[in-house]
Amino acid sequence: MTIFQKAMTSAAALAISATAAFAEAELTVYTAIEAEDLARYAETFNASHPDIKINWVRDSTGVITAKLLAERDNPQADVVWGLAATSLLLLKSEGMLEAYAPAGVEKLDPKFVDKDETPAWVGMDAWVASVCYNTVEAEKLGLTPPTSWKDLTNAQYKGHVIMPNPASSGTGFLDVSSWLQIFGEDDGWAFMDGLHENIARYTHSGSAPCKLAASGEIPIGVSFAFRGAKSKAAGAPLEIIVPSEGVGWDMEATAIVAGTDDLEAAQKLVDFTITKEANEMYNVGYAVVAYPGIAKPVEHFPANLLDAMIDNDFEFAANNRAAILKEWAGRYDGKSDPK
Amino acid sequence: MTDATQHTLPAGPSIKGKLSRDDIIMRGSMVVIGLYLLITMVFPLYAMLSKSFSTFQFDLSAYEVQVSDEAGATFSNPIRLNDLNEQLKVLEDSDMIAGSDGRLGVTQFFPDFSFRSPVKYRIRNTTDEGRFLVGSTLTDSTEWVELDSNTFRRVQLRPVKSTGFGNFRSYFATPALSNSIKNSVLIATISTIVTVTLAFWFAFALSRSCMRFKGLFRLIAMAPILVPSLLPGIALVYLFGNQGMLKELLFGASIYGPIGIVIGSVFFTFPHAFLIISTALAISDGRLYEAATSLRATPWRTFWTVTIPGARYGLVSAAFVVFNLVITDFGLPKVIGGQFNVLAVDIYKQVIGQQNFEMGAVVSVVLVLPAILAFAIDRFVQSKQVALLSARSVPYQPKPNKKADWILFSYASLIGIFIIGMLAVCQFAALVKFWPYDLSFSLNNYQFDRMDGGGWGAYYNSIKLGLLTAIVGTAIIFFGAYLVEKSNGFKTGRAIFQMFAMLPMAIPGMVLGLAYIFFFNNPANPLHAIYGTMAILVVCTVTHFYTVSHLTATTALQQMDREFESVSASLKQPTLKLFGRVTVPVCLPSILDISIYLFVNAMTTVSAVVFLYSPTTSLASIAVLNMDDAGDIAPAAAMGMMIFYTNAGARIFHLIASRGILSRTQAWRNR
Repeated sequence: MTIFQKAMTSAAALAISATAAFAEAELTVYTAIEAEDLARYAETFNASHPDIKINWVRDSTGVITAKLLAERDNPQADVVWGLAATSLLLLKSEGMLEAYAPAGVEKLDPKFVDKDETPAWVGMDAWVASVCYNTVEAEKLGLTPPTSWKDLTNAQYKGHVIMPNPASSGTGFLDVSSWLQIFGEDDGWAFMDGLHENIARYTHSGSAPCKLAASGEIPIGVSFAFRGAKSKAAGAPLEIIVPSEGVGWDMEATAIVAGTDDLEAAQKLVDFTITKEANEMYNVGYAVVAYPGIAKPVEHFPANLLDAMIDNDFEFAANNRAAILKEWAGRYDGKSDPK
Repeated sequence: MTDATQHTLPAGPSIKGKLSRDDIIMRGSMVVIGLYLLITMVFPLYAMLSKSFSTFQFDLSAYEVQVSDEAGATFSNPIRLNDLNEQLKVLEDSDMIAGSDGRLGVTQFFPDFSFRSPVKYRIRNTTDEGRFLVGSTLTDSTEWVELDSNTFRRVQLRPVKSTGFGNFRSYFATPALSNSIKNSVLIATISTIVTVTLAFWFAFALSRSCMRFKGLFRLIAMAPILVPSLLPGIALVYLFGNQGMLKELLFGASIYGPIGIVIGSVFFTFPHAFLIISTALAISDGRLYEAATSLRATPWRTFWTVTIPGARYGLVSAAFVVFNLVITDFGLPKVIGGQFNVLAVDIYKQVIGQQNFEMGAVVSVVLVLPAILAFAIDRFVQSKQVALLSARSVPYQPKPNKKADWILFSYASLIGIFIIGMLAVCQFAALVKFWPYDLSFSLNNYQFDRMDGGGWGAYYNSIKLGLLTAIVGTAIIFFGAYLVEKSNGFKTGRAIFQMFAMLPMAIPGMVLGLAYIFFFNNPANPLHAIYGTMAILVVCTVTHFYTVSHLTATTALQQMDREFESVSASLKQPTLKLFGRVTVPVCLPSILDISIYLFVNAMTTVSAVVFLYSPTTSLASIAVLNMDDAGDIAPAAAMGMMIFYTNAGARIFHLIASRGILSRTQAWRNR
């Protein structure tokens, strides 16, 4: 180690301890962001706000939602940063979110902002439904590629389609709720009746259908686009199809928990989460972000995807979730035996 | 003696054995370990039971509405929604049951509602408990809220919390859920019949023939115990899945469903059935066979009148153990069950998929019943099995019979190929680059850090959990067993302790894990801090596998004469010194057995810990589950085989270590 390097390291160490010393505020932030991204997000935030220290509590979407709901009467979190909007709507309907319009919210794509006058939550990035189509297996079976959701009910695909179970997968639920919005209630269920005839099985996770399509276990997997792009980049013979009727989507979003001890620091954090800089940071993992015009194209990502995203009614999805899942389970989960 | 002297004698104190310091220490320790079991098992189970009765219901009487005329100016008199419902008969009582996430639209109470009409509506809560949403904004005050028709249709009522049988009622009214009972019992029954039959003939071949390689076969038969129950599921995907190597053998049937669950269950329960049955066959009396031969009974008749009756308790016990293992198993049906719903997976779906903890608790209660029943019958049968082997018994010695030996050898080989084949397929799949498109070998699938599930860290966590469970668990369990076996008096306390120690066996892992969430993830619980740490995983695993270890320990301790305690007492030596200087060294073989049992199970268990791991304490077995869940099947197979090799290594280490230690501590056994 040269003297210069030594000096640099001790300077860095000093800087770190200085940051810690300056940390006047501490925020408990609940999140479902991938663990590997957390450090990067906190670092970027602390570069501009060294005085606020983030204490992460991370778990999967389902678990962190359940945790927040369980702590309803005694909230432990100050901010929720990076949780599905449908989950945040649940929290909002429990009166757990502090409405706040972060500085610069008008610059975001309005699709990504809560419709209330003072938004209760703001979006970060989106994951979008798509169909993964294994060209090699499909050719072996003599299938023609589908171009729309309706095509998937065609008899030629019988037993060749896999989709996530909406009762256990957020991706599965956004598919079902988007079909009900696209086709309307009656036609939506009729469509799913037809689709059910072709479904080989329902998986528990949302990324599995695409990975199963990538490995040729099934020719067609209903999943999300980013997963398909990743598998394709890994060398799988996949085509990512964006059905012509439009595709459902959900987003990761941010909100302040009502009753936080340090509202000022929480607002500063939320202000940061919608900046251009933050959105560029999200773009590393997500192809669609809330800040228009900055997303760099991700390899193998379908080009027309942004236009195909439906005008998702999150309120409809959240308020009817229990009823939709009950109806879905009654129709398709009960007759379980695929002999 | 005269009356007078009798009167003068004072009434003496009632005579009571004096408690020595040792007795106090031992009782104190027993109370401590009893409290441990109370906190780690009984309280969580109670929390779960009460959760299953916590319901959510819509209370229509908590809301009042007013409707305006066409002009939107004058409003009708306030009317409660329950009165409105009584007039119109829109909803039945059964419609009032909801989940925690339930919502009820209000427009259905107004038959002539149109969202385009200029009619205005007012709604308010009549009590503080009432809650409703306008869109997704919560209103819980008792103020009137005035809305136009278009907004009024976005009003949703929220349920309030109460207690009752509502969850159970809606469970049995939902076929998608209650069908699972039938499914679970069905596959458990079929698997039990198949496994016990196969294991019986395998054990028969090993104990009643003169075939070769018995030791090798015994070793192979025990291999499935070293892997998580998920692994046979993954092997079956590679064998019979849509890209499977042998998929033609199924003639178009799908492996995803009951067929897959049964084949996989046979694989992972085989060693358990084999162990019990071969123990039962080993204690047969050779004289009965000699009698049968001298009475000129045919081998067939001998089989039915001597062999089977001798092994009947073993067979029944094996059947209930297998039944219990299959019905409570979660990993296998999760991987290969397809659309075939079973109870254990339902719990997972309700809790992780829908955050419906109340319904998860209901399914748990439903699952506990058959598990406890099977367990109780097994204990009852085992208590019957005594004294088959008397002092005059002659051990049975099989005689060579070329034809029978060959048939049994071929049969045992088939079973051996089945077991080794399943493991080999997983290892092969783990090493192939991209099945089925690129069959060249690579180590890509071992780059766990690039997959979901926790990476190599999860593997090291598992080893840590295994070691901690083995050390902490063995210490607690053996000491607990010692206190129960060797302390004096205190009968009630010992009986209660014994009951607590037997209970974990009857509680399925999924149920235990869920109960831990309810109990430990409660901010009011002072032990809340251990939630999400390695400590809760260790505690849960020790408790989950308490019973078998406890039984092993008590069996070993019962072989030691109680005179040791009397001698040490007369020499005025503290009992704990005796425990450390005599009891532990003498029982060392059993102590080592307990620790390897705990280690292996901590490495393979999925069901109990699946609800309790946190991102920093992910485990190898959970990683297998999550990687398979995400569709990364080959890495899942690779991680599963890592568990296998680790456990096999631990077994070998255990063997060598116990040889070394035993030769030093057990020399007194051979004079």
